[in-house]
Amino acid sequence: MSKFKKKKKGLPAISTASLPDIVFMLLFFFMVSTTMRETDLLIKKPALPVASEVKKLELKSLVSTIYVGKSKDSRISGDKIQVNDKIVEVKDIPSFIFSERALRKEDEVKFMTTSIKADKEASVGTILDIKEQLRDINALKISFSTSKGSDLRGNYK
Amino acid sequence: MARREIGEINAGSMADIAFLLLIFFLVTTTMDVDSGIARKLPEKTDQQSDVIVKEKNVLDIVVNRNNQLLVENEYVKVTDVKRLAMKFIDNGGGLGTPIDGKPGEPCDYCGGDKDPNSSDHPSKAIISLQSDRGTSYGMYISVQNEIEGAYNELRNKLSKRLYGRTYDELLNDYKDNPSKSLQEKIDNLKDKYPQIITEPEPIK
Repeated sequence: MSKFKKKKKGLPAISTASLPDIVFMLLFFFMVSTTMRETDLLIKKPALPVASEVKKLELKSLVSTIYVGKSKDSRISGDKIQVNDKIVEVKDIPSFIFSERALRKEDEVKFMTTSIKADKEASVGTILDIKEQLRDINALKISFSTSKGSDLRGNYK
Repeated sequence: MARREIGEINAGSMADIAFLLLIFFLVTTTMDVDSGIARKLPEKTDQQSDVIVKEKNVLDIVVNRNNQLLVENEYVKVTDVKRLAMKFIDNGGGLGTPIDGKPGEPCDYCGGDKDPNSSDHPSKAIISLQSDRGTSYGMYISVQNEIEGAYNELRNKLSKRLYGRTYDELLNDYKDNPSKSLQEKIDNLKDKYPQIITEPEPIK
């Protein structure tokens, strides 16, 4: 028995010197893979309405987003529409969708979704105008972007 | 030079520093999941076909610019819309739409009151949502959400009865493992309670 005990004594500690390397590798992976594709908003950040029956948007690469909200300058009233990095008029939306379509493969076009991120104070008229424009160019899949919640009272006053 | 021997710097805490950085990045990067109410717009067609729809098969919802709601000419609250819509869709007071020349059949899965003055069949029940240009978007979404909720609850109920699981569960399963039998079940439920929502021109 004493023979076995002797052997155990000499077990060296596992070197942790390479642990930082492993962690750094993880760190770099996360740093590289997280793309901060947050478009700069030229309008006031839309306060999304709350809804309970939400569906997650699949296929993120096929989503084009339209922002609707108030201007940052509080003196300017009315809803402003932003696509990519500029503020546009309703009639410019088809050209935006066409340019988005041009970036995708042809067989993916029919799966493209337009996500409308609108402020809950925006007027429905603007939204319906956008919808009409999208209908004109056959971009029929849309999603009204909302945040998930069950208390809808904050949506209206 | 007096100092010749420089002791080795202890690198043991390096891992802690790296971990700290790692956790910082993990926490701060929010991959914001975009979620919302999905809708499919109707296709634009040149020829207008006149379809005669009975008054009783349409549930009129009107929202005015003060965010007030009228359902079938009665003033209601947003929270009532779901109940009213469900009652309307699930009524099943008459015959369904004829398919392929076969005459329409009465709704054998509806749990409604079978009121002859309300909708005939879920496949005929149309919800009309008319809003004002000045209605706030939050209100509009709330109503859309309630309508969506009504359909989802009806589908859930039927699904529970037919397959022992809710419609939401079926959808989740389908996402994980898209099989043909699941697809058929989902399509069947969608057929039984099709979403027919029309949005007429807004009030100016």
